[in-house]
Amino acid sequence: MARHAARSTTRKLTLGRIVSGISQTIFTLCVVALLFVVYEVWVTDLFADQVQEDLSDDLRDDWSQPAQFAEPALGESFGFLHIPSFEDYEPRVVLEGTEPEELSDGPGHYVGSAWPGQPGNFALAGHRVGLGSPFQDLDLLEDGDAVVVETVDAWYVYRVTDNYVTTPADVRVVAPTPGGPLDGAPSGSFLTLTTCHPEYTARERLIVHATLESSVVKLDDPDGPDALREA
Amino acid sequence: MYVWIWRHLPGNTAVRATLSLVLFAAVAALLLFVVFPAVEPHLPFNRVTISSG
Repeated sequence: MARHAARSTTRKLTLGRIVSGISQTIFTLCVVALLFVVYEVWVTDLFADQVQEDLSDDLRDDWSQPAQFAEPALGESFGFLHIPSFEDYEPRVVLEGTEPEELSDGPGHYVGSAWPGQPGNFALAGHRVGLGSPFQDLDLLEDGDAVVVETVDAWYVYRVTDNYVTTPADVRVVAPTPGGPLDGAPSGSFLTLTTCHPEYTARERLIVHATLESSVVKLDDPDGPDALREA
Repeated sequence: MYVWIWRHLPGNTAVRATLSLVLFAAVAALLLFVVFPAVEPHLPFNRVTISSG
């Protein structure tokens, strides 16, 4: 009788430990998952903001001497992206290349796509959530909104013409003429921004197209075009 | 696991509670600043480019 009770207690204890072990594991996983969300949404932004600040200071330093635009090497920063319709939007330093190494520093230029102001498609990719979230509010851009690209020697004002969601493999959005053939001739000067959609996923891509409205040499307009100061 | 850690921490309840918090902070910092940055590039949900690959 006593022995029977003891065995039953042991069994209960074992079962109790298993249940407790499982619940502790689940609890731990939940805490780790929560920490990861905190990391993605806030911590990466902290790091990336610092990186952007340093890149921005370096680029402004480099630009203190008048120079002409030169094609940047992979990973090199070459301009600023201004989106005046976003309130308090810090101009982002853009870099050459769209690999994770470049995109963790700022919006990246698709290698081989056109340069700012040139005929063809000046295409940039950027993160939606985390890593500085440069393209978080891209879905809010409306037709006619200005997107201004600043290089060492000029300002380029583009106007948004299109804002839509597509599949990750829809490479024609970065074609010389957006939506046209990849090896086709450009029918104008375009700008394309790509980011992930919906937020927090990689299921689709959010695309914004814009066309060049005007460009001005910095020497003629050091303060930049009026489009920079649009609400 | 948590019971085991608690039992092996020295001192009275207050000291143990403090040490637990320090331990948690250390593990959290390790995850946030070492582990997550290392694994993040291999995770799929931060892809923002268009590619045929």
